[in-house]
Amino acid sequence: MNAILTPPRPSEKIQFQLWAYKIKHWARHGAAELVCLTVAAACLFPLVWMVASSLKTQSTVFSDMSLWVSHPHWHNYYEAWTRGHFSRYFFNSIFYTGIVVFGVIWISSMAAYAFSRLEFPGRNVMFIIIISTMMIPIPGSFIALYVVLNKLGLIDTRLGYILPQINGGLALGIFLLKTFFDKLPPDLEDAARIDGCNKFQVYWHVAMPLAKPAVAVLAVFNALAVWNEYLLAMLVLSNRSLMPLQRGLMVFQGSHITEYPLLMAGIAISIVPIVSLYFLMQRYIVAGITAGALKM
Amino acid sequence: MIPVNWNRTKDLVTSYLFVFPAALLFVVFSIFPFFKVFQLSVFEWDGIATQMRFVGLNNFRDAIFRDPSWWISMRNASEITLVTLLFQNTLALVLALIVDREIKGKNFYRVVFYLPPVLSGIVVGLVWNWIFDGSHGLLNYALTGMGLGGWTRAWLADPKTALLSVAVIHMWKGFGWGFVILLAGLQAIPRELNEAARVDGAGEWRIFSRITVPLMLPVFFLVSVLTILGTMQIFDIIISTTNGGPGYHTEVPITRILVAMVGSSRFGYACSLGILFGLILLAVSMVQMRLSKWSSRYS
Amino acid sequence: MKFFPRRHPGENQGPVHGFWIPAFAGMTALLAIVSGCAKQEPASKKEIVLWHWLTDREDALETLADQYQKISGVKVRLEVYAPSDVYSSRIRASAQTGTLPEIFGVLGEPWDLASYIKSGHVANLEPAMLAAGGAWQKQFFPKSLANNSFTADNPYGAPPGIYGVPIDVTNIQMLYNKDLFKQAGLDPERPPQSWAEFITDWHKLKAAGIPGLVSGWGETWMINCFASNYAFNVMGEKKVLDTFRGRVLYTDPDWIRVFTLFDEIRREDLLVRGAVTMINKAAEQTFANGKAAFAFNGSWCVHPYQEMNPALSYAPMLPPRISDQFPMRIWGGAGTSFMINAQSPRREEAIRFLQWLTEEPQQSYLSRETFNLPANRSSAGALPPILAGFAAHMDDTTHPSQWAASERPTVIEAVGKGIQSILIGEKTPAQVAEDIETLKRQLMGDARNGAH
Repeated sequence: MNAILTPPRPSEKIQFQLWAYKIKHWARHGAAELVCLTVAAACLFPLVWMVASSLKTQSTVFSDMSLWVSHPHWHNYYEAWTRGHFSRYFFNSIFYTGIVVFGVIWISSMAAYAFSRLEFPGRNVMFIIIISTMMIPIPGSFIALYVVLNKLGLIDTRLGYILPQINGGLALGIFLLKTFFDKLPPDLEDAARIDGCNKFQVYWHVAMPLAKPAVAVLAVFNALAVWNEYLLAMLVLSNRSLMPLQRGLMVFQGSHITEYPLLMAGIAISIVPIVSLYFLMQRYIVAGITAGALKM
Repeated sequence: MIPVNWNRTKDLVTSYLFVFPAALLFVVFSIFPFFKVFQLSVFEWDGIATQMRFVGLNNFRDAIFRDPSWWISMRNASEITLVTLLFQNTLALVLALIVDREIKGKNFYRVVFYLPPVLSGIVVGLVWNWIFDGSHGLLNYALTGMGLGGWTRAWLADPKTALLSVAVIHMWKGFGWGFVILLAGLQAIPRELNEAARVDGAGEWRIFSRITVPLMLPVFFLVSVLTILGTMQIFDIIISTTNGGPGYHTEVPITRILVAMVGSSRFGYACSLGILFGLILLAVSMVQMRLSKWSSRYS
Repeated sequence: MKFFPRRHPGENQGPVHGFWIPAFAGMTALLAIVSGCAKQEPASKKEIVLWHWLTDREDALETLADQYQKISGVKVRLEVYAPSDVYSSRIRASAQTGTLPEIFGVLGEPWDLASYIKSGHVANLEPAMLAAGGAWQKQFFPKSLANNSFTADNPYGAPPGIYGVPIDVTNIQMLYNKDLFKQAGLDPERPPQSWAEFITDWHKLKAAGIPGLVSGWGETWMINCFASNYAFNVMGEKKVLDTFRGRVLYTDPDWIRVFTLFDEIRREDLLVRGAVTMINKAAEQTFANGKAAFAFNGSWCVHPYQEMNPALSYAPMLPPRISDQFPMRIWGGAGTSFMINAQSPRREEAIRFLQWLTEEPQQSYLSRETFNLPANRSSAGALPPILAGFAAHMDDTTHPSQWAASERPTVIEAVGKGIQSILIGEKTPAQVAEDIETLKRQLMGDARNGAH
């Protein structure tokens, strides 16, 4: 009777197994932490070096190799901001990044949804053509691009700078989103259709929320690409008030002399928005499927 | 009759409207340069002159049969790609799996792992040149400190290690992309599946191989296709560290194309190299897509 | 499963309703905002546009442009596109669409400049140079104009004339660190003159644990420059040019002698570790921080060295001669040059601006501000000692753009890469010579068959 009503005391064997499990768990956890820490250190190192260099002077930036700076020159940041005309260029970069990211997500998600879920003649051919452009690097395409923009009268305009970049993000965007849309459970869609939704509403209310992680990934990738873009700006834009941030960084890179501390300070300033954006977006990347859709 | 046809047309029109903006941009900004490249590849042109000379398929013949440096560069890029596929993506997957679970400092790691791609190419070049420097580099310094002084060398100048060193830099810079995409993919796997399996008594490995891998297969293929495409087109790391040297040991297809365009002023030849390269990449990607379809049908 | 507000069955769910109209309106509005942004005003009669890539001279040039406007009433609008490869891309693209500015630079090889000239983009400045008894021409170092000129027998098919205006000159020599010399027990005022002396000095430096020569030999043009200097010294200009013409083989003993030089550099451990893939800026850092006794670099190095290590004590020296039969010729000539758009209606104003820019006061100002050698000879008087050391050898300079024959770019690359192979011990000088000659024969064969 007692053996049934009271739980048996853990025997020696079970105690040992519990202890072994704890050690294994702790070891695996510890190993995981160690791996993450090592990789994180490797990722942070250049950043730390960059910030340290930004606080040195031109003559100490390569002779003094330590990561800790005893006499930090904080005014390098002020100088980088003013001499690089960052106030003007910053706004431009934010504007371009916002419009291009919005454009890429909007246009490529609609197209990806069509390729994934809608039937129409020429669907596969179109998809293959668009994806193949990702594969073929077009050397010297800048000349052809310049000719097109010139014919359209878009040289030295914001539109002329934005449109090619939206186009540039389409191939990856369509590819990525189609992959996610393909995984859409058909019953959700059918349910929506039964409820009387048209194609667009299915796209907007069903497919897009489920692809939130992919959309967040695209936002981050394209924002980074636009933020770091430089060649197209130099080709298409002349008016200084339209230039993006990278132009400001060029001020410190002369043909013969590079002002390293100021350049590092400028780069440090320029990565803050991008890292912040990523910080915001990564919450969506890990948000996963919104709870509502799965609770049946 | 009429209402049915009208509905069908409306259907088609809607579908086309979905792809219309993408198609429009694509035709204007991609198709035209694309055709220009095809057109130029059969001419001999220096990029400046008003006249071009038609040479038929000579550029392609030169590239395939007369240009050993082109195939060397393809081999170099393939080696880097293989190493990257193996190590970088494994690392990205392991990290994504770890960070996916509950682990201290999850948010911190998620941000930090994406820092290398964000960092400017200038900083990457400067720091890694310093790490790999032959005389005062950090790596040599660390090796000597650990008593492995015999292993020190000029990493980026030694023909045996130059390519591998470049690959290391590339992997360091690239794993953040794979990490983010894989993490997004992992997040799409419903927790309930894993929980149910654990309750059923399945171990970590079984959960991984029976649940995670099959559900993640499309994402795996996506990441590997993107890795292959991205790594084969590597070039800015090369330019800021070894410039293709020593000799041809770190030449890659894109640097060869740039040399043809700017160094020898052979624009048509550069275009033909680009097309060859693109066709090869296309073939590789097609094979991958086939494999992906086959394996997802299988699972 | 209810996802959203119930709609009455049968209600028209056509695509036009609900979303599309506002979407279309929104996009149109956005496009309108985005496209209606300021375009550059077209240049007026009193304005000329100059495109350059010299970010470190931007301020100095702006000051001069303002000065010029006060004097002449003509506004010079300066636009900077950097770095130089991006600048070249822009020039190329603009040439294709006929949107080049009044004044611009053509970077790259002589055959590129010839192509621009033949396509009608670059104005011939010879008449302006020779006007008034050649007043303008006489101001320059003779070699500096030669870089941008084509003579009647030039190998590029360009019509003869003078096509560019140099605003500074440069040459490439070796440099040595005086403090490190003292440390090794060498006389800091007596750099080695001959190769044998050079090796003897090197042994002393090596014994003192001092690294030897650093140069940006990851950039193959620098290797080609060094090799070319010694080729001229060993066999003389005529034989080098005959090799380009195909009349002398690269397997000739004189060429083997030149290639063996690099093998000797390797055996003597003369090159700083890793220099064979260094870019020039990295090499500059190394020398500036006193981590090499010798450098091979151009006169532009003065500014970076000054910035990175003001206490550096160094001086230029000619590369030590191997042979006394022929002179040692270094590369040099025009540093930065500007060309004038042949199709612009404001050519005359542009020429006048460049004439003013190359006058003595402006050249002295530029030289002081930017640490470069002036193109105007009369400004070369008051140069600081190191720059003066460079300027002293302007007459010893030569440059591929001035030669009566040119080598094919593929062969030039093979020479540079081949020498890199020698430096890492992968190939012998004989093997490299063989490779280059085979390639040369193949290209010449193709040329005969009309393929190129």
